Amino acid sequence: MTDIALTKKNFTSDQEVKWCPGCGDYSILSTVQSFLPELGVPRENIVFISGIGCSSRFPYYLETFGIHSIHGRAPTLATGLAISRPDLSIFVITGDGDALSIGGNHLIHALRRNVNLKILLFNNRIYGLTKGQYSPTSEQGKITKSTPAGSLDTPFNPISLALGAEASFVARSIDSDRKHLTEILRAASLFNGSALIEIYQNCPIFNDDAYQILKDGETKNSAILQLVQGQPIKSQTHGVIYQEGSMKVVELESVSESELVIHNANNPDPSYAFALSRLSASVLDHVPIGIFRNVSRAEYAGQVNDQIAEAIAEQGPGDLESLLTGGDTWEVK
Amino acid sequence: MTKTVVPLHQVTIRFAGDSGDGMQLTGDRFTMDTASLGNDISTLPNYPAEIRAPQGTLPGVSSFQLHFADHHIQTPGDAPDVLVAMNPAALKANIRDLPRGATIIVDRDEFSPRNLTKVGYESNPLEDGSLDSYKVHAVALTSITVAAVSELNLTRKDAERSKNMFALGLLTWMYHRDTKSTENFLAAKFAKKPDLLAANLIAFKSGWNYGEATEDFAVSYEIAPAKMPPGKYRNMSGNVAISYGLIAASSRSNLKLFLGSYPITPASDILHELSKHKKFGVITFQAEDEIAAVGSALGASYGGALGVTTTSGPGIALKAEMIGLAVMLELPLIIIDVQRGGPSTGLPTKTEQADLLQVMFGRNGESPAAVLAPSTASDCFDIAMEAVRIATTYRVPVFILSDGYIANGSEPWRIPEVADLPDLRVEFAKSQENFLPYERDAKTLARPWAIPGTKGMEHRIGGVEKADKTGAISYDPVNHDLMVRARAAKVAGIEIPDLEVDDPNNDAKVLLLGWGSTFGPISAAVEALRLNGEKIAQAHLRYINPFPKNLGQILSKYDRVIVPEMNLGQLAMLLRSEFLKDITGYNRVRGLPFSTVELIEAAMAVLHD
Ligand SMILES: Cc1ncc(C[n+]2csc(CCOP(=O)(O)OP(=O)(O)O)c2C)c(N)n1
Ligand code: SF4
Ligand SMILES: [Mg+2]
Repeated sequence: MTDIALTKKNFTSDQEVKWCPGCGDYSILSTVQSFLPELGVPRENIVFISGIGCSSRFPYYLETFGIHSIHGRAPTLATGLAISRPDLSIFVITGDGDALSIGGNHLIHALRRNVNLKILLFNNRIYGLTKGQYSPTSEQGKITKSTPAGSLDTPFNPISLALGAEASFVARSIDSDRKHLTEILRAASLFNGSALIEIYQNCPIFNDDAYQILKDGETKNSAILQLVQGQPIKSQTHGVIYQEGSMKVVELESVSESELVIHNANNPDPSYAFALSRLSASVLDHVPIGIFRNVSRAEYAGQVNDQIAEAIAEQGPGDLESLLTGGDTWEVK
Repeated sequence: MTKTVVPLHQVTIRFAGDSGDGMQLTGDRFTMDTASLGNDISTLPNYPAEIRAPQGTLPGVSSFQLHFADHHIQTPGDAPDVLVAMNPAALKANIRDLPRGATIIVDRDEFSPRNLTKVGYESNPLEDGSLDSYKVHAVALTSITVAAVSELNLTRKDAERSKNMFALGLLTWMYHRDTKSTENFLAAKFAKKPDLLAANLIAFKSGWNYGEATEDFAVSYEIAPAKMPPGKYRNMSGNVAISYGLIAASSRSNLKLFLGSYPITPASDILHELSKHKKFGVITFQAEDEIAAVGSALGASYGGALGVTTTSGPGIALKAEMIGLAVMLELPLIIIDVQRGGPSTGLPTKTEQADLLQVMFGRNGESPAAVLAPSTASDCFDIAMEAVRIATTYRVPVFILSDGYIANGSEPWRIPEVADLPDLRVEFAKSQENFLPYERDAKTLARPWAIPGTKGMEHRIGGVEKADKTGAISYDPVNHDLMVRARAAKVAGIEIPDLEVDDPNNDAKVLLLGWGSTFGPISAAVEALRLNGEKIAQAHLRYINPFPKNLGQILSKYDRVIVPEMNLGQLAMLLRSEFLKDITGYNRVRGLPFSTVELIEAAMAVLHD
């Protein structure tokens, strides 16, 4: 605990922020800066590690420790640091290209290991920094500089991917909804392990209004399916029910309230969260927002260090001389 | 029956068999029994890339050669005096390396028509006179072993399995080795399988008795202990020596050792070895790939640990971008490249020195890193500690270029006193006002190592070019030029010892200059040349980047400089460009260490040019 209560200002570095005007990254930064004092962790014990991309500039703007690393590889540095320094609070900042294209391998392995990392995936469904090529989350048929005839790739659903990679804390939020994002950050910080937070982020320059449907007063009320623990999963107009073994979005009017699925992020069966993640695809008519899965299991770095502690408890601390002189030795006089 | 005992100065034995025959184990055991008798010793395992190539075929042959002597030796021996061949494939694959008059011990039972055709023998070499110029002992190894263990109710397969112990027992008798250590070893290995323990012990004893009792073997040999500097010794391979060196460095620096690694031959054994030593606080992390392996090591270094990654050539290719980041972050990082034949998958189980230019230059931009190369298996211990000294003092990535030959080969290692090991303690930056993350130490040019958890020292670093002193992002042209030069100057200024030249009368005109694992064969060649009255100087580089300060002066002193390398002339290229000195290369890439004889010939060609 810090001696003096910290404020947002204490977490703001002296660097000039250099995103395009209107970029969704600004509001995410502001939300994170406001949230960090709440963590109760001294600034020197917080580390932000990013890859490469517009979003990966993030660490420069925070008055904490930080590394702006190389494209896609932030989870690797973060994992080495987390294992050797379990005393630190470590955040990974990544983009949809950074996390899901070049860094896909590291992301899935960090998740399956359950290393204590909070991974913030800024999904603008485009490559921002390299000026607008399609990304692994761009919708099929996307026209960009590199896909003048439309992209052919089937996009990833980051939530489904994370769940498939054994992630135990998986959530989605929106750049402009500070209150919601703060709640998710809070829950993630209480989770001991890898937390993946997908943040829908608007890139006004190369993929403007990708999430407009979730922001416009008219559409958002029906599109956003709020995931609230213990509450029925619904928007103002639609709700989620089980039908023929899978989840369906239906008009609220067509069903009774009791038929709606009651949200339980702690459901140990990952197929529950997976079914939720499949409710939305490229077209964002109905999008669950909130915590999909929050199930505790053993954290990786802790286990690594437990094995070491056990070895020391059983055999005593290593003695260099006995190591060097161990095995079959002989004396030359 | 009284048997003759003949004293010898040295012997080279090669055990060869199918990769399932346990030849590596047999060789290892013979090595241990020999080393503990005080002989000097040098070994060379040679095994196929396939875990189990088809049985009885040439590609499936695995061998283990060891050379031991009553004097100091440098190499595992050019040509075996004794070949133990467990089947026709092993005979065929190795016979061309045998000098006339050599001893061959074969398992006669394996020379069936079927096995002979499998490897292309048209007639049985044991009968057709083709081995007349060798001393052949055709022993019914399999059937004697099976008969000896018949009381144990083993399957035929398990019974046959112990025939390698029969061979070991026979050789143990022939060379008057101690039997106790192998008996103890077997007792430990098969502690939970009493039947197999009994079978192996019986086979081992039967082999010994066979030598003692049969007329086939009339002579046995004795090799007196070698005169070696006094001290406590153990047998040591390069991979274990590197592992121990890292643990020692961790202990002497008070830094937690973190290894991030992805398995690859011939480097995996360092990962295996270090994974055994958790009580030293050693963290080993088997990453998802080589990039993650080096990334995790760099992340650990950032946090104040000793970050190490181990791999071979293909892994270095993958790590390149992350090593560039380490150059930019100016953090300590140890990268161990146990080289193997390349390019691509190349010859994964064979040795080569062709990654030198890759580690020197295989990154984008001006990306200097220190490069060290151990010269022997034992030297791997010292080089590991030296790499840690350089990495932590100068905050740079340091490469260690080992190779398959010294990684797996072994020799006696004089165990150092812990108190004599270098003091490697380092200081992290302490809390201070107006902290400048890229302010350099005047002497070393190193920047502060300011680890998370240090109050008031929050700062951001990254791969984007940084402003001098502050470390803030900078695209300023003048600053970039300054920083590129500063990083280069830092590596160029690393303090290392001068190169020592061995030129006994200071009158040689030709210098044999090597680097890395070629030290043994080069030294043996130099020794032989001098015995022949030739004047030749020898020097060996353990530091390649930076080069020793006196290297240019040394090169200019000699009319001719011969550089033998297991590549097509990579060190030669560096020397020529740095010193404008003509170099005579001797280059072979056969996946095998140099033989002494070929180096003598190469030197003679220059000496009498
Ligand atoms: C090894 C490597 N390849 C390619 C690049 C170029 N590059 C930089 S960022 C980027 C994509 C960024 O997209 P995303 O991760 O979605 O981040 P955004 O800019 O959208 O926040 C690419 C391809 C690079 N820096 N390094
Ligand atoms: S390009 Fe897009 S993502 Fe990048 S800073 Fe500009 S608006 Fe933001
Ligand atoms: Mg993006």
